[in-house]
Amino acid sequence: MASVAADQDAKAPMVASGPVAGDVVKRHRLSTRLWHWTTVVTLAVMMMSGLMIFNAHPRLYWGQYGANADHAWLEIGSTQHTGFVSVGPLRVETTGVLGRWTAKDGSQQTTAFPGWITIPSGYSLADARIWHLAFAWLLALNLTIYMALSLWNRHFKRDLAISRDEARPGHVWQDVKDHARLRLPTGAAALKYNVLQKLAYSAVLFGLLPLMILTGLTLSPAMDSGWGWLLDIFGGRQSARSIHFITMLVLIGFFVVHIAMVLLAGPINELRSMLSGYYKLPGKVAEPAAEEVPQ
Amino acid sequence: MNRRELLGRISLGAGGLLLGGCDKLNADPTFRKILTGAEQLHLNAQRLVAGGLAREYRPDQMSPLFRTNGNTQPGSSDYAAHAASNFASWRLAVDGLVARPLNLSLHDLGAFPQRAQITRHDCVEGWSAIGKWQGAVLGDVLKAAGLSDRAKYIVFHCADDSNGAPYYESIDLYDAFHPQTILAMLMNNQRLSIGHGAPIRLRAERHLGYKHAKFVMRIEARDRIDNLYQGKGGYWEDSADYAWYAGI
Repeated sequence: MASVAADQDAKAPMVASGPVAGDVVKRHRLSTRLWHWTTVVTLAVMMMSGLMIFNAHPRLYWGQYGANADHAWLEIGSTQHTGFVSVGPLRVETTGVLGRWTAKDGSQQTTAFPGWITIPSGYSLADARIWHLAFAWLLALNLTIYMALSLWNRHFKRDLAISRDEARPGHVWQDVKDHARLRLPTGAAALKYNVLQKLAYSAVLFGLLPLMILTGLTLSPAMDSGWGWLLDIFGGRQSARSIHFITMLVLIGFFVVHIAMVLLAGPINELRSMLSGYYKLPGKVAEPAAEEVPQ
Repeated sequence: MNRRELLGRISLGAGGLLLGGCDKLNADPTFRKILTGAEQLHLNAQRLVAGGLAREYRPDQMSPLFRTNGNTQPGSSDYAAHAASNFASWRLAVDGLVARPLNLSLHDLGAFPQRAQITRHDCVEGWSAIGKWQGAVLGDVLKAAGLSDRAKYIVFHCADDSNGAPYYESIDLYDAFHPQTILAMLMNNQRLSIGHGAPIRLRAERHLGYKHAKFVMRIEARDRIDNLYQGKGGYWEDSADYAWYAGI
């Protein structure tokens, strides 16, 4: 079994034959841990303030323009007694959750997203913008620094790059099956990100987050006057606004799966590894870690 | 309580703390000051790249219907009289830090070289509409008035108000002398309607909608804006803490 440890550094306790189940090893270096937790906070704030910004005009369009008289592909709205979400021809009643909900003081509210998930909790587009646009700097600077560091210390190359062997359809399919059966790697194998993990993390780092930043910038009229190509690659400001929203939903999807996997893999151990950096290799102690699962 | 319930309660509690904490932070003057500090970063960073013209669209890309927003009917009797006479005796005052204060009729404004542009109007709320605007270039008007070297801001005083607080807006000279910054008299080839800001509306194309002052009555050149009204440079800036720099 390969003894290449994810994010391993010189401090990791090593035995001659490589780490085995039960060993506590260094897993995540400081830059990764700092990036992880600052991103958790930044993305949470950006999502919550972003939902409040959405509340100011809870309709999404495709193209260069889009306002109330134009066709919206998504709308969160309310009627006299109900809240609803409509996507294309589909209309789902969401009373109590989206479009019409009851505030803490018992009053009926008709903004799209309820106060418990927005920053601030009471309607304020101006305040939400203050949060969103300040934290946007944090996200962009943090991502830039993390990317530079991870190229420098070869974190990307060592831990995220997908080898030729891993890219084989057979390997990917095996990984999909293992995930579907909740058969998680043990021993030293758990130190390496598997190919689905690599794909998921890479999609967030190199796909979703840059897409979020670029579509966000496209919403800025000043940026559009300098970088007109933003309007061209996304097909207009209102398309960029729609993609910005959809990408947010995909990031929430990643978050849900990520949390589910952490819970399945052992939340205490996983949390510890992302806080202190140290990780206890899962699996039965004193058994060979490289035990193959019968096919 | 089993483990699942405990975890549920912990996450609910954490969520509550997070939310309550955010509302508290939102009201904290020091924290707000840190957050609003980003506004200057936006201005500096965007001006490094945003030197060009705002996108101008083709006629077939225009919004079929360009909605109105904000105040759509100034309440003063003065304005009503102007509107009734089709703004025949209306004059635009250009004063403050200028060598030659001006009083311009619509005819005078029409005598300046006209610029027509089909641009996108982006409301701070998130919607966009594309329309055609035509009028005198603000820079030309300011040059005609002989702008003082001391002037740093151009303030637009408007005919409309909200509960007695007059609408006003301000831009700095960087935007005032941008070739697309015009005093629009025509919209979609017609005289500006009252809903869209008759008789003239500022177009500051690299900014969000609330900078585009409607019903402009007076243009004032100033060296500072922090001593005007509530000191934040505009009606929405004063009343709800919207950013003065509205490029994003």
